[in-house]
Amino acid sequence: MNPHPQTRHVVAHELHDLAASQLALGHRLALVSAHEDHRGLRVVYLFTGGPPDERHEFELHLDRAHPAVPTLADLSFAASRFERALHDDYAIVPVGHPFLRPLVRHQHWPEDWYPMRPGAGPMPPRRVLGDPYPFTEVKGTGVYEIPVGPVHAGLIEPGHFRFSVVGETILKMTARLWFVHRGVERLFVGLDADEGVAIAQRISGDSAVAHSLAYCLAVEDARGIEADEESRRLRAIVLELERLYNHVGDVGALCNDVSYAVANARAMVVRERILRLNEGVTGHRLGRGAVFVGRTSLRVLPTGRELDEVAEAFEDVVDLALGNSVVVDRFVGTATLSRNDALAIGTLGVVARASGVAQDARVAHPFVAGGFTPVVQEGGDVMARFVQRVEEFRASLDIVRRLSGEVRSLSGGSLRRRDPSAAGVGIVEGWRGAVVHRVELDAQGRVARARTLDPSFFNWPALSIALSDTIVPDFPLSNKSFNLSYAGNDL
Amino acid sequence: MNRVALSVCTSVLQLALVGVGSLVLLGLMAKVKARAEGRVGSPVVQPLRDIRKLLTKERLHARHSSVVLALAPMVITASAAVAVGISPIIGTHPVLGQSADIFVIVYLLLTGSVASALAGLDPATAFGGMGASRAMTIGALAEPALLVAVIALSVQAGTSNLPGIVSSTASHPAWVFGPVHLFALGALLIVVLAETGRIPVDNPATHLELTMVHEAMVLEYAGPELALVTLGEAMRLGLLFSLVANLFLPWGVATGDSLGALAIACAALVAKTTTLALVVALIEVRSAKLRLFRLPELLAGGFVLSVLAVVMGLVIR
Repeated sequence: MNPHPQTRHVVAHELHDLAASQLALGHRLALVSAHEDHRGLRVVYLFTGGPPDERHEFELHLDRAHPAVPTLADLSFAASRFERALHDDYAIVPVGHPFLRPLVRHQHWPEDWYPMRPGAGPMPPRRVLGDPYPFTEVKGTGVYEIPVGPVHAGLIEPGHFRFSVVGETILKMTARLWFVHRGVERLFVGLDADEGVAIAQRISGDSAVAHSLAYCLAVEDARGIEADEESRRLRAIVLELERLYNHVGDVGALCNDVSYAVANARAMVVRERILRLNEGVTGHRLGRGAVFVGRTSLRVLPTGRELDEVAEAFEDVVDLALGNSVVVDRFVGTATLSRNDALAIGTLGVVARASGVAQDARVAHPFVAGGFTPVVQEGGDVMARFVQRVEEFRASLDIVRRLSGEVRSLSGGSLRRRDPSAAGVGIVEGWRGAVVHRVELDAQGRVARARTLDPSFFNWPALSIALSDTIVPDFPLSNKSFNLSYAGNDL
Repeated sequence: MNRVALSVCTSVLQLALVGVGSLVLLGLMAKVKARAEGRVGSPVVQPLRDIRKLLTKERLHARHSSVVLALAPMVITASAAVAVGISPIIGTHPVLGQSADIFVIVYLLLTGSVASALAGLDPATAFGGMGASRAMTIGALAEPALLVAVIALSVQAGTSNLPGIVSSTASHPAWVFGPVHLFALGALLIVVLAETGRIPVDNPATHLELTMVHEAMVLEYAGPELALVTLGEAMRLGLLFSLVANLFLPWGVATGDSLGALAIACAALVAKTTTLALVVALIEVRSAKLRLFRLPELLAGGFVLSVLAVVMGLVIR
């Protein structure tokens, strides 16, 4: 069973050293969650690591009148971004933060409006207030800026990219996000914990399974129950099916971004097959009908023949793409993210593994039995991320095949393991990377606070780093090779 | 029939045929690509319908844009129309055919390119300037290759007048299979892909602004002006396709002075340009878009082929 996090109440001056010792152990800062309720204003820092599965929480109580936390920005880049979000959402000041620019806050927010504080009320009407975001201006002969978005051509989520360019070479790219900030975390508050699944499924549509599973694991952790063996197997199958359809979609989209439309069309056929498979298995194309708090149920299992057909069609697409020398030329050496940068930024999932970081929650926080070794690439370029997806697709098919053979019943329940507690954590390796949810329940079993985190939050800054020395017309391809979620990031 | 009337008839037919036909060729290429991707695709006449739709729309200009933006579509279309009118497309005696020198045609095309680039710069958007800069870079590499490739043919024919080259090639069929024509054909195919913005140089179907070349320049156009720009660009494509077809397969082009020969010439032109469009569409299906910084290599290859064609022309003489 995944361990329940060990919580330690800390005071401000201890936090920095404790965080440093966690990071020295190779653990990462997985989540920072602020809470304001009858227990006062407090911030929870969750550090995770593994294998073996390690989860440590530090809880820091703040003064409501002058909320402040000591900054961890010097220890962890991710922490610096969590702290900027705390500042925007809660007016918590990270003391000593080196670069306290807005992260979540947009220009139309009133000066004293902190949406996560109780009583903040609904979103005020959109008006232009305050100063525009202070983009760093790059100066020099021939340097110019290209602003792109937030509205893009085609079906793309909103994000603003500010390029500073010389000729065609990108010197700096700043991504401004949170245009689809829907206040998802507040939507959970007050719901019966079982009902929260419906919202978790909709945090990022392409990660419906990963987010709902992370949410269920978190609620189960808080209730002190654990999914039985059958349930865990079924969940792993649906999770891998989600990885399959997304990875093949990315493989096709990468070809499309170098104008190799034929390979994309073939990939979309494979993706559609898997979506229909998903519909048969879960009752929903995006796998929404399978995972619930304390139980899992499938309608049918994918048959060996269906999986073989998908595998064969997928290999055809890969051969078509990698058999085209122009496609290979476009992929190799484009938007390289070095291993050191990937580690320093704290990237997760496909992006991290394509840069040689063997980071996988299926290994660090496994919820299903059976050995699994993550594949990694060395290159860190678009090609590495392409090949990483191809290899993960193959590995996922093997997992689905193996687990389908072990399934005895199409529905699974849960077992009581320990006394319920107020909070629980769920960690799932979604197709983009580790999805982490932390849920606190009140005495009636309703959600008091849900903190949901998509790997995109950690990976977005890596795109900017990988783009230096990339040329402008290669940006769409580079962006697609990361394929990060805007909705999952913005919440 | 008198020569003047026939010349006028030739030019008018050329304009009508290229004006409508080049849009159909665009539709045909889109159809081939759609079929290769397993889609039904829109009808072959869709570009014509789009033009009709655009003509009914309102004229809109970007704020801060000047008269350049309003004039460019006319310059683009007019320069293409003049080039189409005087080139040997269905007959070797169009109006002003004696002026249809290769330099005149190249500079008419260049006038259109410069107008597009200025239209891209005029509204001062980042995309327009980016597209203009890329288009000028590609043009600077492609147009010399076009010029030199046709000069190679003129060395052999002894004239730089296009109708003259076509009629002397028609009377010396053996030239077509000689090294001069083969090298020049290779060069011209590369130039045509570049000048008409096809894959592997540019992707006319993309929605990704940052990768665009030609489309980025005309992003600010809407309504009738977009229709005019589209028509002008299509006519450039029609002209280049027809020139390649007639310079290398001159048969069917009306050299005499009968209306019947013109009718045959129309049919021959449709057959030749349709074949060329299918070839280009297949290249587009098979290829992906080159990295922008690789384009000079491709276009330099085209230039080298055209220089080789000139050298062969001088050696063979």
